[in-house]
Amino acid sequence: MPMTMAEAIIASHTSDRTAPGLICRVRVDFAFANDITGPPAVEEFRKMGGIRVFDPQRCAILPDHFTPNKDIASAEQAKRAREFAREQGMLYWEVGRVGVEHAFLPEQGLVLPGEIVVGGDSHTCTYGAIGALGTGMGQTDVAGIWALGETWLRVPETIKVVLHGSPSRWIGGKDIIIHLIGRIGVEGARYRSIEFHGDAVAEISQDDRFTMSNMAIEAGGKCGIFVPDGTTLSYAEARHKRDFTPVYPDADARYERVVEIDVSDVEPTVALPHLPGNSAGARECSSMEIDQVFIGSCTNGRASDMEKAASILKGRRVHDRVRLMIIPASYEVYNEALVRGWIRIFTDAGASVCTPTCGPCMGGHLGILAKGERAVSTSNRNFVGRMGHPGSEIVLAGPLVAAASAVAGRVTDPRDLDA
Amino acid sequence: MSAVKKNILSGEAWVYGDNVDTDVIIPARYLSTSDPAELHPHCMEDIDASFAGSVRPCDVIVAGNNFGCGSSREHAPIAIKASGISCVIAGSFARIFFRNAINIGLPILECPEAAVPGAVSKGDRIEVDLSTGRIVDRTNGRHFAANPIPEFLERLFAAGGLVTYVRERLESAS
Repeated sequence: MPMTMAEAIIASHTSDRTAPGLICRVRVDFAFANDITGPPAVEEFRKMGGIRVFDPQRCAILPDHFTPNKDIASAEQAKRAREFAREQGMLYWEVGRVGVEHAFLPEQGLVLPGEIVVGGDSHTCTYGAIGALGTGMGQTDVAGIWALGETWLRVPETIKVVLHGSPSRWIGGKDIIIHLIGRIGVEGARYRSIEFHGDAVAEISQDDRFTMSNMAIEAGGKCGIFVPDGTTLSYAEARHKRDFTPVYPDADARYERVVEIDVSDVEPTVALPHLPGNSAGARECSSMEIDQVFIGSCTNGRASDMEKAASILKGRRVHDRVRLMIIPASYEVYNEALVRGWIRIFTDAGASVCTPTCGPCMGGHLGILAKGERAVSTSNRNFVGRMGHPGSEIVLAGPLVAAASAVAGRVTDPRDLDA
Repeated sequence: MSAVKKNILSGEAWVYGDNVDTDVIIPARYLSTSDPAELHPHCMEDIDASFAGSVRPCDVIVAGNNFGCGSSREHAPIAIKASGISCVIAGSFARIFFRNAINIGLPILECPEAAVPGAVSKGDRIEVDLSTGRIVDRTNGRHFAANPIPEFLERLFAAGGLVTYVRERLESAS
C-alpha cells in the first residue's frame, strides 16, 4: 500500500499492520524529558519497576525550562532529574552547555531523518523538519519508553500542505505556519500528520522548517513533517551521532486532504490573543501598543532568527516603553551571535540578552508579564496566562515583526518601520 | 449527594467552551511540583477562579472541542483528577491530553452532542455510565451517547494503565 511520510516511518519501526487509524507498537529511536517532565517521569519509571533505561545513548534529560534555576523548588526538581541521568549514565548536559531542547538536539545530531523521536514536551514535533516523526507525550509514556524502548502510536491520517511560489524577503517560516493554522484552525490537524510539499520548500531554510514543524501541535497535529531534501540531508550529515536511513513518502500516497498555499501572497503575519490560529496581517494590527518583546524559544531562537532580529535592530533603538528580551536557544546560536556581532547590535539597541533557556515562553522566568501588559513573542503559544498574569496578552510573530515592533513600540510590519 | 456505584458516576457539571488548554488547566508557574495535592488548588484558575474552591468529589467537566490542547504536561489531568472530578466529557480531546488521561486513570468521554453549547448547563446533575458511555443530564432530562474508546486503550485502561502494563512486560522479560 502506498504510504505517507508518517505511515512509512511507523511501518519501518513496527511489525504490526499499518494503516490510518490502526494502533501499532513501535520502536523508539530517541526519548527525552526536560526539568519539568523529567522528575515525574523518573517516578513513573520506578513505579514500573524500571532498573536501567533501554539504551542510555538514546535517552536524555535536558534542563532547559526553569534553568538556570529560578527558585528553590525548581532547583530541587532539576536536581532530581540530574541525579537520575547520572545514575543511568544517560545523555545530560548542564547549564552552560545545554540549550532549549528542540533547538539543541538537532544541532547535536541526536534526532535524525527517518527516526521516531518521543519527548516529554509537546513541541517534539519540531523534528519533522528533518524528516523524523517527532511527537510529544506525557511523563508516563516517556517513562514507559525509557523502560521498554517502544510505545504505541495510532497511525495518523495525513494532511498534505503544498507550498507554491516564492516567499518575499520579509516572510519566514513563522508567517507561513501562522497563516496555515489560521486557515485550518487550532484543531484542524488534531491527531493528524501534516506533511509539507511543494516547490517553495526548496527556498525555506532549515531553521524556518524547524519553526514550521514546531507549531504543528498548535493545529493539534501529532507531527509536521518535511520530506528530506538536500537541505535536510546536508544538515543531518554534518552532525549525525548515529547512522540514519531517510524515509520518503510514496508518490501515490493517500492524503486525507490537501491544503495549497501560495507563499508569494503571504504577508508578515501575527497571531492575536489568545489562540495561535487567530492570524492577522501585522500591518492591520499597528494600533496595538506593546510593553515587551521576546525573541527566542524552540520556535524562533536559532541563528537565522537572531540574524533577522539583528538586521532590524542594527543602528536602531528599542522604544523607550518596551523591554526587549533576546534569548539565543543554544550556545551554538549564542556563539554565532557573538562572532557575527549580533549580540553587540542587540545590547546597543537596548535589548536584554540572556543565557539559553525556555525563559518567559511559558511564564517560567526572565520576563513575566503583569496584568494588562501586552507582549509580542516569537514563541508558539498565546494562551491566557501563558507568559504571566491571566490578564496579559501575547501576540505571536516571527523575528522580523518582533524586532520591528520592539523599535516602534507597537505591532509593526517590518516594511513600515521607517515609514 | 454525589456517588460512585460500579461504573456509574454522578455529579454536578462544570461547563466550559472550546480549546481549554493545559496552560489554563494548570499554569506553568505551578509546575515546580507534580504533587497532586499542590496542583489541585490552582486547577483551572486562569479561566475559572471559583473552580478549585467549589468543585466537589464526583463532579464532571463538560467542555467543547479540543479539550487539553497545548503542552504535554501530565500535571493537567493530574490536577483535574486531584480536584475530585470523576470524568471529563468533551466534544474532542487534544491527543497528548488523551494519552495522559488514560495513563493516569482519569476517565474521559468524547461526546460531541453533549458538548454543543446549551446541551448541558453549569450545575446540572450528570450521570455517566462508563461501561456503556451513556450520559444523562438529570436536570434537563437529555440523554447522550459518547463515542466508544478504541479497544486497545480500553484494555490498557482495564489492565490498570500503562504503569502496570510496563511492569508486567519487564517482569516477563526478566
